Amino acid sequence: MSGTSPDTPLLCVRDLHVSYGPVEAVGGISLDVPRGAIVSVIGPNGAGKSTLLNALMGLLPSKGQATLDGRDVAAMPVEDRLRRGLCLVSEKRELFAEMSVADNLALGAYSRRHEPKGAVEADLEAGYQRFPRLKERRHQTAGTLSGGERQMLAIARALMARPQLLMLDEPSLGLAPLIVAEVLETVSELRRSGVSILIVEQNARAVLRIADYGYVLEQGRIAMEGDAATLLADERLIQTYLGFGKGEAAA
Amino acid sequence: MSYLIGALLAQDGLTNGAIYALIALALVMVFSVTRIIFIPQGEIVTYSSLSLASLQQGTAPGSIWLIVALGLLAAGLEGFGYLRGDRSTSRLRAMAAYGLVPLAVAALTFATAGAGFGFLWNIVLVLLIVVPMGPLIYRVAFRPLGDATVLHSLIVAMAVHFVLLGCGLLAFGPEGVRTPPLIAGRFPVFGVPVSAQAMVVVAVAIVAIIAMALYFGRTLSGKALRATAFNRVGARLVGIRTEQAARLVFLLAGFAGALCGILVAPITTVYYDTGFLIGLKGFIAAIFAGLASYPLAALGAVLLGLFESYSSFFASLYKDAIVFALIIPILLWRSLRSTHVEEDEE
Ligand SMILES: Nc1ncnc2c1ncn2[C@@H]1O[C@H](COP(=O)(O)OP(=O)(O)OP(=O)(O)O)[C@@H](O)[C@H]1O
Ligand SMILES: [Mg+2]
Repeated sequence: MSGTSPDTPLLCVRDLHVSYGPVEAVGGISLDVPRGAIVSVIGPNGAGKSTLLNALMGLLPSKGQATLDGRDVAAMPVEDRLRRGLCLVSEKRELFAEMSVADNLALGAYSRRHEPKGAVEADLEAGYQRFPRLKERRHQTAGTLSGGERQMLAIARALMARPQLLMLDEPSLGLAPLIVAEVLETVSELRRSGVSILIVEQNARAVLRIADYGYVLEQGRIAMEGDAATLLADERLIQTYLGFGKGEAAA
Repeated sequence: MSYLIGALLAQDGLTNGAIYALIALALVMVFSVTRIIFIPQGEIVTYSSLSLASLQQGTAPGSIWLIVALGLLAAGLEGFGYLRGDRSTSRLRAMAAYGLVPLAVAALTFATAGAGFGFLWNIVLVLLIVVPMGPLIYRVAFRPLGDATVLHSLIVAMAVHFVLLGCGLLAFGPEGVRTPPLIAGRFPVFGVPVSAQAMVVVAVAIVAIIAMALYFGRTLSGKALRATAFNRVGARLVGIRTEQAARLVFLLAGFAGALCGILVAPITTVYYDTGFLIGLKGFIAAIFAGLASYPLAALGAVLLGLFESYSSFFASLYKDAIVFALIIPILLWRSLRSTHVEEDEE
């Protein structure tokens, strides 16, 4: 039930400020996520990327505007944002390590507990189809999974909430290159199934290849933005800010 | 010590152990979800026993005034929050619930206290009066602290304990009371006469523990509580409200306390401070479990009950001293194990 026309962005953020006590970590960020797009936020360590996503999810208090689907979500608690279709896969995954994979997924649908059971079960089955590895391990506790499986579980758990906009915080963190490719492939697949994506990554080259648009965050502000292809073509940018691949040696 | 005496002591120990187990499980549950060491758990037991005793004598218990006062305080806090700017309907709903439920319970109690509706009705009334104390204490004393450290909330818990102890003395007086047993009589088991009340206590405790295990293991709401205990941020991310989880846990703790009070009232003389001792013994069992493991807490409670029972045979004067001295070896043993719960975990 979108209250606005299809070409207004799904998520609109205007002049967002987030502080830890006296220290401002995000200092006036504006960004848009259009419907059905993958938007990526890249930037060096400590730029405020996680802070931005945590604030958008409602885990941290913030000042400024944020509308989802035309509705002001800036003052909402986490569970209301979830119900409106916003969902975050945190940098730390935040799984329930002592609980089974199946229980983690069941809890992912906690915000939908008043919906008929059938709908949630169908989504659980769809999740298992998307990640067959999780189905094999559904009785295992989440803490015993490998890093890649854990990331899959974190994404699968988030999908159980049926997000319109999925926010991913460094999904490639700590994963082997092959698994990173797999995770990013899953992300583009999700977009194809209609979920819009806001993704934070340090692995700039890899993420810009699947993204439509990118923002470069530096010290809590947006230093640069543009189409993913344009940013990717800007070799100097990649090397200066993002120090990856060849750039690492140069920095 | 003859077989008969040994068996009777075991019966005593198991009965008390079952009570301590309920308390220990409630303490572990409250601590793991909220990081609050709920010292006043024992006072809830006292209030339950003494309220039951008053109702049995046909008078409305003084504890009613306490829950009405707590309810009005909680409603006031919600109203204050509303005026301060959080104009959500959930605030108003909470304010109405906190204010009106205790008043309704009070009205019901005054209307039926002398009417002689029987023992079972009195138990229902006790549950209605005492169970809400859990969430009310949480709302009035602990919620305003926000995300306080374990030490902070422990200090507040101690304060609540003393306030409730004092209020208990005011409401019920210093005399001890004992209610008639739920079921009278004794039945021989392996040649040992076992009191029916002891069987009731153990049976009720076992049923309550199984129900609790099923609730935590099988229902979404129970899993949500466990999830909150394991990972608060993760729980928030899937839409579990920490406050709601806390409220629920305190409701369950209120229920466990009320149940214990109803069960102990016929087997011990309960004074205004008896619950505190029961709570402390439950606490020792909970410490034995590192405030984290439910099975260990139950096991610890039963062992403690037996230990207490046999030490009362050999040195009855020092029974409590011996039991509380147990805390030292237990703490030593815990400190040697590495799997205890840390105060701040990432
Ligand atoms: N809990 C906190 N308290 C105080 N300062 C914090 C806290 N969390 C982060 N910061 C500070 O805020 C700034 C932004 O941190 P943030 O975690 O958002 O960066 P990031 O871009 O996600 O970095 P990384 O790439 O390392 O994940 C940093 O300077 C950090 O030191
Ligand atoms: Mg980060």
